[in-house]
Amino acid sequence: MTAFATAREIRDAIVTGEASAVEFTRAALARIDQTNPTLNAFNHVVAERAIARATLIDQQRAAGATLGPLAGVPVALKDNLCVKGVRTTASSKILDTFHPPYSATVVDKLESAGAVIVGKTNCDEFAMGSSNENSAYGPVRNPWASDRTPGGSSGGSAAAVAAQCVPVALGSDTGGSIRQPASFCGVVGLKPTYGRVSRYGLLAFASSLDQIGPFTRTVGDAAVALSALSGRDPMDSTSSSEAVPDFAAALTGNIRGVRVGVPRAFVAEGVDDTVRRAFDAALAVLRDAGATLVDVELPHARYAIPVYYLICTAEASSNLARYDGVKYGHRAATTRDDTLTTMYSRTRDEGFGAEVKRRIMLGTYVLSAGYYDAFYLKALQVRTLLRQDYARALELADVIVMPTSPTPPFRLGEKTDDPLQMYLADIFTVSVNLAGLPGVSIPCGFTDGGDRLPLGFQVIGRMFDEATMLRVADAHERATPWAKSVAPV
Amino acid sequence: MPTTLTIEDVERIARLANLELTQDEKQLFTKQLADILAYAEQVQGIDTTGVEATAHVNAHAVDRPDEPRPSLEVSEAVANAPDAAPQAGLFRVPRVI
Repeated sequence: MTAFATAREIRDAIVTGEASAVEFTRAALARIDQTNPTLNAFNHVVAERAIARATLIDQQRAAGATLGPLAGVPVALKDNLCVKGVRTTASSKILDTFHPPYSATVVDKLESAGAVIVGKTNCDEFAMGSSNENSAYGPVRNPWASDRTPGGSSGGSAAAVAAQCVPVALGSDTGGSIRQPASFCGVVGLKPTYGRVSRYGLLAFASSLDQIGPFTRTVGDAAVALSALSGRDPMDSTSSSEAVPDFAAALTGNIRGVRVGVPRAFVAEGVDDTVRRAFDAALAVLRDAGATLVDVELPHARYAIPVYYLICTAEASSNLARYDGVKYGHRAATTRDDTLTTMYSRTRDEGFGAEVKRRIMLGTYVLSAGYYDAFYLKALQVRTLLRQDYARALELADVIVMPTSPTPPFRLGEKTDDPLQMYLADIFTVSVNLAGLPGVSIPCGFTDGGDRLPLGFQVIGRMFDEATMLRVADAHERATPWAKSVAPV
Repeated sequence: MPTTLTIEDVERIARLANLELTQDEKQLFTKQLADILAYAEQVQGIDTTGVEATAHVNAHAVDRPDEPRPSLEVSEAVANAPDAAPQAGLFRVPRVI
């Protein structure tokens, strides 16, 4: 057995004694070593720490202890999640040397479930980007085609799962940063309901939108991971005390009578032909499995991009004010004559990359006197209209489906000169964050022709009803071969 | 309200954001931010009369009692600082006056 197994297979093999946690961890570390020169999916690996954790799991088993649901499962973390004493950079120069004094709640939860953290994955700087090209440590390459982006911002986590380095990796999703790279890399990517998972220890980008969630190769593994990650946390006042079900138990394979909403007018705009064909095929699979397709309207969804970029940049400009060269991270060199303000400004210019500066500038502008009402407040009002659209649609339907990305994975460098074009790639993902809903992207085929690039679609659920959403995604997975496709890296 | 953006506007925003931009960055951002804002102006045509603003989607109250509780040790809090006086438990910064 190797790291190529699913999380559930690994845990079962460790429980039955078929293989040890240390063996799985070594296999994962070896696979990372083998693929990272090509993919650049990992910013850093914590081999010693991982072997020590795996040894502990093996000792617990030997002692007859009950093992957790992720016992011995190698897991990678996006590099914007804090692990006490382990370098955490958010792929930014400004945090190049940061070693957090505490761990994120999701890290503690993973480790109490028995997971073995093997490393920190590359991402767009502070999770700002849709291609992983905004990393201070270089872009990640798509495991299916090395001239393509893995998507972003959690590109390293998506690539690590697609390349079978690990069966589970965590990402964060502010406007699609889990779902879009999952789609581009042919894996499952789950953004939970806002408040389902504690954000404590996630380096904040846009606090009203950020959620942490898992990448996996199967919906079953995503369900197991979500149960382990969820729950109220006193350290994050926005985390919910909503009961956490056993999500894996909801995957019955039966979706007879489930109403699947299709926002046809929204999906008709600007979608690549190959994406449309794969999406139509996914609809047919769900219908054949017994679901009822119903038309729904999301009249304000076409405004989601401007609304999202006005709100997320405003929140980012505030959240990133803390990087000032005083408490942690990079500080610019100063002379005796320089003032404190000069030190702040120079540190931030040296430490932040272009996209982060652009977003701080945009956010500062829309919050500034004279523009607040016309841009920021207006965006918050349209956010309300968008939420109402979804609420109405989710009365007619139990879940909503749409493509995850309007295009297949694009080429590295294709959109880097035009930030607006890059933002438009997020059209199908951002509205889900604005509404606070859960969404999961799952594979639904490949592009035709020689390049065989992965395509995905997303299932969107009601607030805190990840169970129905995952049941629909799992039914699709059972009826199609996509989860068994292996990236040729 | 069509958005026009000058390099002086960009300099003003950069000052508010504590970003010391280079001349090249100022020129690039003047164009890029103007493009993005021009695109974002489409929200201004939407009728939002009487519509509440949604700043967050929490269904529950997020208040908690304001009571002291254990937190980081001072030594841990200053451990990552580029210039600290760990013995005194202080961050060092350039002169303020």
